[in-house]
Amino acid sequence: MTEMNHNLNKESERIKELLKAAVPRIAEDAEPSRDLWPDVLRRLDREPVKVPWFDWALVGGLVVLAAAFPTAIPVFLYYL
Amino acid sequence: MPESSKNVLDRFRQGDADAFEEIFREQQTTVYRWILRIVRDKGTAEDLTVETFWRIYRAHARFDPARGFEPWARQIATHVALDWLRARKPESEITPAVEATLTAAGGSDPGVQAEIRTKTAEAFTRLPAKLRAAAVLAVVEEQPHKVIAGSLGISVTAVKLRVFRALRLLRKDLEHQGIRP
Repeated sequence: MTEMNHNLNKESERIKELLKAAVPRIAEDAEPSRDLWPDVLRRLDREPVKVPWFDWALVGGLVVLAAAFPTAIPVFLYYL
Repeated sequence: MPESSKNVLDRFRQGDADAFEEIFREQQTTVYRWILRIVRDKGTAEDLTVETFWRIYRAHARFDPARGFEPWARQIATHVALDWLRARKPESEITPAVEATLTAAGGSDPGVQAEIRTKTAEAFTRLPAKLRAAAVLAVVEEQPHKVIAGSLGISVTAVKLRVFRALRLLRKDLEHQGIRP
């Protein structure tokens, strides 16, 4: 059992060595090639405007109300 | 982030854009390096750094100053990097440029043949994203297990298990290719 564990550890260490040899470590001083702040601002601008769910519920309710009582539309518009 | 920046963090939490820029200026390189360690491609790491800070800004109200900014940012960055790794097809991951970097001068062990290095690198890209991230951070980048665990949102034991599984899968993949490690 101990010998099996020893062999497993040995194999594991060998794979680690192979991995280290195949995949070089990233330099400690690696830095972006440019200032990324303008990209962040652009990304923030691209964010779609989110409408809260209760706003959609209100619009849906008004549409249903208008369909059920069309004569109430002028009264509703008068009070807007 | 130093204690003197507590005020900036508080303002960021309230959605202050100037505070966000200040934090970005201070943290962008740290976040970039962390992502680069996982994705291994400079251009991609830059794009994902932008994506990470966008997510950070959107989540500003959920930020807990007591936990610290760096661990929180690292966790978001790790999720962004993992999403990217999952979306990529393994066979397309080693571009000629990346392969040259991996196999030419990059190896720390000159005794390991170039062909074995290439095959190991290819097998590495075929690992599942979460195992790959744990293995590269722990074995190649030698990051503390505790830091890796925090960034992945798992325990230290789970990190060790993922590394073990990654190494076992790598060994099996290499054996399948006729390489006996």
